[in-house]
Amino acid sequence: MPAGRLHGPRALIPLTDLGHGSSLGGRLEELRDRNVLLLMKDQLAAALAMIELDGVARRMILCPPDLSPQHLPQVTAVAEADACLLDPAQSSPALNLAGPSIRVAGALTPLTATRRPSRSTEWILLTSGTTGAPKLVLHTLGSLTSALAGAATAEEPVVWSTFYDIRRYGGLQIFLRAVHAGSLVLSEGAEGVTDFLTRAAAVGITHISGTPSHWRRALMSGAAATIAPRYVRLSGEISDQAVLDALRAAYPRAIVAHAFASTEAGVAFEVRDGRAGFPAELLDASGPVELRIVEETLRIRSAGTAQRYLGEGVDPLCGAEGFVDTGDRVEARDGRCYFVGRRGGVINVGGLKVHPEEVEAVLNAHPWVRISLVHARSNPITGAIVAADVVLADAARGAGERPPASALTHELTESCRRRLAPHKVPALIRFVPVLEMSASGKLVRPGA
Amino acid sequence: MSVRATIQSQFEQVAREQQRTLSPVSDGMRLVQSGLDSLSFAIIVARLEDSLGIDPFNAAEAVEFPVTFGDFVRLYENFAK
Repeated sequence: MPAGRLHGPRALIPLTDLGHGSSLGGRLEELRDRNVLLLMKDQLAAALAMIELDGVARRMILCPPDLSPQHLPQVTAVAEADACLLDPAQSSPALNLAGPSIRVAGALTPLTATRRPSRSTEWILLTSGTTGAPKLVLHTLGSLTSALAGAATAEEPVVWSTFYDIRRYGGLQIFLRAVHAGSLVLSEGAEGVTDFLTRAAAVGITHISGTPSHWRRALMSGAAATIAPRYVRLSGEISDQAVLDALRAAYPRAIVAHAFASTEAGVAFEVRDGRAGFPAELLDASGPVELRIVEETLRIRSAGTAQRYLGEGVDPLCGAEGFVDTGDRVEARDGRCYFVGRRGGVINVGGLKVHPEEVEAVLNAHPWVRISLVHARSNPITGAIVAADVVLADAARGAGERPPASALTHELTESCRRRLAPHKVPALIRFVPVLEMSASGKLVRPGA
Repeated sequence: MSVRATIQSQFEQVAREQQRTLSPVSDGMRLVQSGLDSLSFAIIVARLEDSLGIDPFNAAEAVEFPVTFGDFVRLYENFAK
């Protein structure tokens, strides 16, 4: 058992206590061989449950705290969930589960019986699909920890921290690293970045991970200097040169590394040379992680890739040779590969994804809009922001005279705000006379 | 309108749109305590690029991330010169 600790915002759990304590109120056996939904919002409670359930549950479905309730029935059905875990005060979702719904408080009570691991538990992570409904990605502890195999054990204590939620792939990687060898300071949704860094500094964190957007926010908080990590990690979005330079300046004694990882592809590589992109030598090399560029996008094959998507009639997770298509477009220049954006134009706003089509659907529903094209506009704060080009109708049935552009901009923005999450609302709307169509009648998207 | 006034006006407009309460604007106001989140700042920067025609964050030389409103305004004023 590792000697570290899990530091939540209000509680601290020594990992050694997990050998003889239960966070499930002693009800672990009721969950044996079941497919368990982890619905709790509390991250520490989720962390304890994952450790306890692994090897006992058939499947654990890691539900991030922002999972929309409207998707829960589908997730439950596809995962064939028959039990769930909740916070003490969380309202019970009406899911008609065959097995128990257990409320857990993120604290340990003494174990009454010996815990018997008996199987390789499936870890199900959720990722967003085109309509916003999540895809369910199947991993095992083996695929999730393959990047850890062979990692050197540190001589000095390692204390991890992360801005991520551990129920998403990036955060889960950090959680597993910390449980493997060290301690972890968990963030919390409502906690501000300054408070989190202050708490992390008090614990003496040595390693910290987040997305480039998390890091830009930390740099703007003025609290970046409160921590003194020796390892600073970025992943989840393209790390541009500006954020890498800013972190090197903020933490001159730390290793600043950016990693490429996705829920499906796993952790592909880590770059420590302080430059954006990755060395072209990583391509076509043999080794535990294989990278290729096919049709301008990055493909990855490794022991860390997920096994499959759950559900019937879903797309295969990888191609015939086992390579996962990351959907990230890559350009090679002078011996180096640079990420230039997502294929298909999925917009990444500070780590939150937007499909242009879902915003266009809202814009197009307005009587004065004929056609709209939503695209990413690059942004130094969130990486990208949503922008829309709109072609107005000359006349709209029954609507009288067309309002002036400023009024329409306001109406369209309000309409999006009513129907879409805040990061999906176009920050900029531009009226254009025409939008380009391909020979097959499809809207030509930038970079598609 | 001066650069400062344009910036302040964007802060106020975006705060209204995002339904956030903007702290009293002053040079010393810390951006993380302004009441605005990352998305709000992203929108402000994007709109300032359109209205002022400048994006100081993408300049060739390295930029110190602004911590206060005063820092933010100075960043744009320096670039506008």
